[in-house]
Amino acid sequence: MKLQDIGSQCPCEAQNKFDFAELDLFLEKVEDMPGNLIVILQQAQNIYGYLPREVIAYISKKTGNSQAKIYGVATFYTQFRLQPIGKNLIMLCQGTACHVSGSQDIETVICDELKISDGETTADGVFTLNNVACLGCCSLAPVMMIQNSVGEETYGNLTKEKVLDIISQIREKEAKEA
Amino acid sequence: MKIIIGQGSCGIASGAKKTEAEFKRLLKEKKLDAAVTIAGCIGSCYLEPIVDIINDDGSASRYVHMTADKVEAVVNKHIIGKIPVTKYLISEAGSAFLTKQTRIALKNCGEINPEDINDYITAGGYQALKKALFEMNGDAICREIEKAGLRGRGGGGFPTGKKWVQVRSQQEPVKYVVCNGDEGDPGAFMDRSVMEGDPHKMLEGMIIAGIATGAQVGYIYVRAEYPLAVHRLQIAIAQAEESGYLGENILDSGFSFSIRINLGAGAFVCGEGSALTASIEGLRGMPRVKPPRTVEQGLFGKPTVLNNVETFAHVSYIITHGAEGYRKIGIEKSPGTKAFALTGNVNNTGLIEVPMGTTLRTVIFEIGGGVKNGKGFKAVQIGGPSGGCLTEKHLDMSLDFDSLSKAGAMIGSGGLVVMDEDTCMVGIAKYFMNFTEHESCGKCVPCREGTHVMNGILDDIVNGRGDMGQIDMLMELADTITNTALCGLGKTAASPVVSTINEFKEEYIAHVVDKYCPNGSCKGLKRVEIIEELCKGCAKCQVVCPVNAITGKRKEPYKIDWAKCIKCGLCLDSCNFSAIVEK
Repeated sequence: MKLQDIGSQCPCEAQNKFDFAELDLFLEKVEDMPGNLIVILQQAQNIYGYLPREVIAYISKKTGNSQAKIYGVATFYTQFRLQPIGKNLIMLCQGTACHVSGSQDIETVICDELKISDGETTADGVFTLNNVACLGCCSLAPVMMIQNSVGEETYGNLTKEKVLDIISQIREKEAKEA
Repeated sequence: MKIIIGQGSCGIASGAKKTEAEFKRLLKEKKLDAAVTIAGCIGSCYLEPIVDIINDDGSASRYVHMTADKVEAVVNKHIIGKIPVTKYLISEAGSAFLTKQTRIALKNCGEINPEDINDYITAGGYQALKKALFEMNGDAICREIEKAGLRGRGGGGFPTGKKWVQVRSQQEPVKYVVCNGDEGDPGAFMDRSVMEGDPHKMLEGMIIAGIATGAQVGYIYVRAEYPLAVHRLQIAIAQAEESGYLGENILDSGFSFSIRINLGAGAFVCGEGSALTASIEGLRGMPRVKPPRTVEQGLFGKPTVLNNVETFAHVSYIITHGAEGYRKIGIEKSPGTKAFALTGNVNNTGLIEVPMGTTLRTVIFEIGGGVKNGKGFKAVQIGGPSGGCLTEKHLDMSLDFDSLSKAGAMIGSGGLVVMDEDTCMVGIAKYFMNFTEHESCGKCVPCREGTHVMNGILDDIVNGRGDMGQIDMLMELADTITNTALCGLGKTAASPVVSTINEFKEEYIAHVVDKYCPNGSCKGLKRVEIIEELCKGCAKCQVVCPVNAITGKRKEPYKIDWAKCIKCGLCLDSCNFSAIVEK
């Protein structure tokens, strides 16, 4: 996160872009809970898909935590994103078992097919690829989990063909919906 | 008749949901009377989806690899015709995977419905809690756990009873019980399995810890990557509260205990105690200097019992069977059982639980069914990024806390990644160092800078830029980091590198001196070779080579000078006889 990304524009002006009603309800709910910052950020990310600058400014104002502290927490944990992601988040497991079962080759297949690399989103906004530490499905290595508005699904024993098939199925579905 | 469909994350990923839907559809269509229910993961993940059919006489048939397309045959023959479909049933070898184990923490996993508290109670659940509440007091519980010799299953192996006694002796009115479900160790998933398959057992252990230490609030810190575990824990907590096992005035005993769930946000270092409590407090998860220890000043500065999921899952067994009963299993200094996640290049992957002191050979070759594809055994990585590798000569060593640390490894959380003869050990060391560098929180210099430099050196080595001095440098850095880092993550960060250098030094030498990866897996060290028998001596490759690395006489096999070769691959494409290969 570069400094200018954080402070180039006064957040108050842009705050109108976001609807804070749902977040407000949650903030009220956890108001008295000690150590609630991570929980709030997790909920905010659930609502907006990522942590927009305006939302962080809003949380800061509401909770009294400085923006610096909030950014400190948000950038420490890999779960939090400061940029929007695609409709389908591919979480490709890079755990030990997946590593020895060829997860790197799977990553190459995904990157070549979607023309993105780890952490990036496709131009059409359909896919984002994230390498993750371990999904805990080691016996089905290599594994990936795809998260979208419907929920999350885990795919195991991946091969090149299987991955390409999964991607094309999602593309078809997205095309139909569009 | 009852149909039980295994639905851990692994079962669902193998298609268990579709199997369940198909069973329900067919039962409805054919108007059959059979209950469909779910269970957690039984551990034989390589056989998923697994379906158990409990016949009316109480006998059970276990079907494996039960994908949706096989359901109709089973419904027609077994449910209607009462004759099991033999070809889909579990084989003898498959059953042996389970019969060779001794299960405490995983006992109910795959047997009971984790979303129904009554299943757990029928299986003897919450009896230990009743005993702890009405027949024992805090001192007696602590004594029993101490006598049982229970040691933390999360890695360090610290005596649990001692920890509880220390928290009990603190004169603070507010204390906490924290369950570490932040199973970040890549290659381990026993905690996930307990949370998904038998969540009440863990809750029961936490409540008993509360009685023992005088704490009234428990926190479960669980990884956000385990959505199913979180879901089942939420259900379990709600049901336990409703049934009076959790909440105000438990079973009219006057004791109150509540449990909250906190989702981890993806930081491996949060498995360390003080980092974990910082994370629950909503801060950056960074370890702090100790003392004060967590038992004195833990969560919100209060005395805190911090144990992992598997440890809590042992508590109810100890209370029910007594310390003596528990000590019958395992060995003197490491009593009880340990769950291991058996993965990598092994035939039967999955989750197993064996008495402490079982040999590695039994685990890999008898239970695990040996190395995949008939290949040779090379090593097993135990304890993830904090552990080390064990080789052929360690196969008959006993698996317990002390023997493993003597061998330069550690039990860690119990991940066992089996590696066959084709695995590059330098690559594995690089993989772990990359992981640790990425997960280092950055607070202390030895870990932050040390892991970065070590990873850089390993990067040089696997890309052919290394020299012998760098191997010594790795050992020196490893020594410094191990002795000076702030927390467990840093102190053990170098273990995979040290243990692979000790056991497989010749592989490191091949990488730095010969610039060659004996296993052909380091992409940066791939060599282009001309197969003499296939080469016709046409000189096409010599013409395309931009650095004149290929020489020879026409109509005789050509040769490649690896010192000059820049691995551009042009010669590979130019050859009409497939005589040039990359190795």
